[in-house]
Amino acid sequence: MNPILEVVGLYKSFGPVEALRGADLQLRAGEVLAVVGDNGAGKSTLIKHISGVYRPDAGQILLAGVPLDLASPREARERGIETVYQDLALADDLSIGANIFLGREPMRRLFGILPYIDERAIRRETADLLKKIRSEIPPEAPTVARLSGGQRQAVAIARAIYWQAKVVLMDEPTAALAVMERERVIAHARDLAAHGVGVIYIGHNLTEILKVADRIAVMFRGRTVHVTTTGATDQETLIKYMTGYSETNKAA
Amino acid sequence: MQALLRRLPIESYVIAFTIALWVALAWATPNFLTESNVSNLMRQTPIAAIVAIGVMCTIVIAGIDLSVGSVAAFCGVAFAQMCRHDFGLAPSAALTLLAGVSVGLTNAAAIGRLGIPPFIVTLAGLQVYRGLALLLAGGMTVGGLPAEVKDFARGTTGLPNLFWTMLAVAIAVHYLLRYTRTGRYLYAMGSNAEAARRQGINTFRITVVAYVLSSGLAALAGVLLVSRLSIASPSMANAYELQAIAAAVVGGASLFGGRGTVLGAVVGAILFTTMSNAAVLLGVDPFWEMVLEGLLIALVVYLDNLQKRRQSGA
Repeated sequence: MNPILEVVGLYKSFGPVEALRGADLQLRAGEVLAVVGDNGAGKSTLIKHISGVYRPDAGQILLAGVPLDLASPREARERGIETVYQDLALADDLSIGANIFLGREPMRRLFGILPYIDERAIRRETADLLKKIRSEIPPEAPTVARLSGGQRQAVAIARAIYWQAKVVLMDEPTAALAVMERERVIAHARDLAAHGVGVIYIGHNLTEILKVADRIAVMFRGRTVHVTTTGATDQETLIKYMTGYSETNKAA
Repeated sequence: MQALLRRLPIESYVIAFTIALWVALAWATPNFLTESNVSNLMRQTPIAAIVAIGVMCTIVIAGIDLSVGSVAAFCGVAFAQMCRHDFGLAPSAALTLLAGVSVGLTNAAAIGRLGIPPFIVTLAGLQVYRGLALLLAGGMTVGGLPAEVKDFARGTTGLPNLFWTMLAVAIAVHYLLRYTRTGRYLYAMGSNAEAARRQGINTFRITVVAYVLSSGLAALAGVLLVSRLSIASPSMANAYELQAIAAAVVGGASLFGGRGTVLGAVVGAILFTTMSNAAVLLGVDPFWEMVLEGLLIALVVYLDNLQKRRQSGA
């Protein structure tokens, strides 16, 4: 099966710092691919290239076999790459529906002239979506301000599903969440994959990673050093690759 | 019952308070419910409300506009000078509004492109446009205006024309905020500018919309003020920015951005106009009135702060 997203030999430096030194990745539709690595291994830099924040110095990103040259996060989104941000980028004073449709509101026209936002369609679609991802968010919540971290995550995920994202990037989605909430986010990630979306899941809690991922890619010092299916590995092996132990051994 | 009370929008409290104030005033002084006082109120309020609606838009995007009083004075004087030099009423008014729009564009550019905080940009504007108003008026009141200048503000179409003008402005801005994408993005930007940007919203365009509305409506207020007074004084509309901010915030706008309604700004303006009217009728020293107004503004901002903290704590 052809990968939906492919990263080949990505290189990026910020001044003297080489953040990526040949990162590779292959993501298939309908799978959760976890990317793990120590702090500074280049996980976030890699994600920011895929989401259109950074442009690589060298290397290529291919979406369904077509080379991508993303100028902005907006362009990435138009191509079907959605990012669920760590800091849960929602507008607190807007409703759940308004957040899901933010920037892409369905419009109608009064008497064929005066345009207005189709709130009824937004409400209907939002209720459907929340049902689809089996979220227990009270649909009557007036704004997202009082939602918990996990519920906010669900709103972001609903947004990705509605807009038929091909690839969803989840950058440390559980970092700020309580234990129960983490379980929900893991379920959401699995849901996305079940909808045929390719999910890249960044994390460093290995117990969680082993639970959510179909495959795991390990990064070390800006490079992809190891890729494995989840069933064929364990925490110890992953830690060896994450700390560079196996690489130094190979060199020796 | 308590749950119901909590769900009532803040505007309803302000309306209730204002009505209570009216009742109290009608009871306390025979001069309140007279035809001349009521029609006076119906001419005073619209100008304050129009300014407040504009300022509210900048507050919604988590900005502020301190320059509106000076802009109203500058535009009023410019309008008067043009009328005096026989530009004709309509062309003068149109050019004045255009000047207001340019002021807004300048503010938006300084804020959105140069990255200067809105507080500083519009504080500078407060000084600059007051100075320009004085220069343009030669430091004196501009009088001797053609008679038709005052016809609009004095005229009625069932109710005072000024009242209808306010209603038109209120409906137009309410439509923009409540039913259009642009309006939605004003709230989104004020709520979380970064999130708005990530969803592909052009936040500079939204900044332009907010500040052009604010300055444009201040210019309109300047024209209406000149029409009402039939003179233009370079010192008129003094401290209008404070009343406008207070009206917007009393009406539920949050200085942290993301919240505010046209209805709220209008009721806030009605409340403040009623209060200064009450001070006059009850013979309160106008200097004390300033003190009280200032304290009320501080109180309102404190309540806004409190509400924000309670919300983020929940």
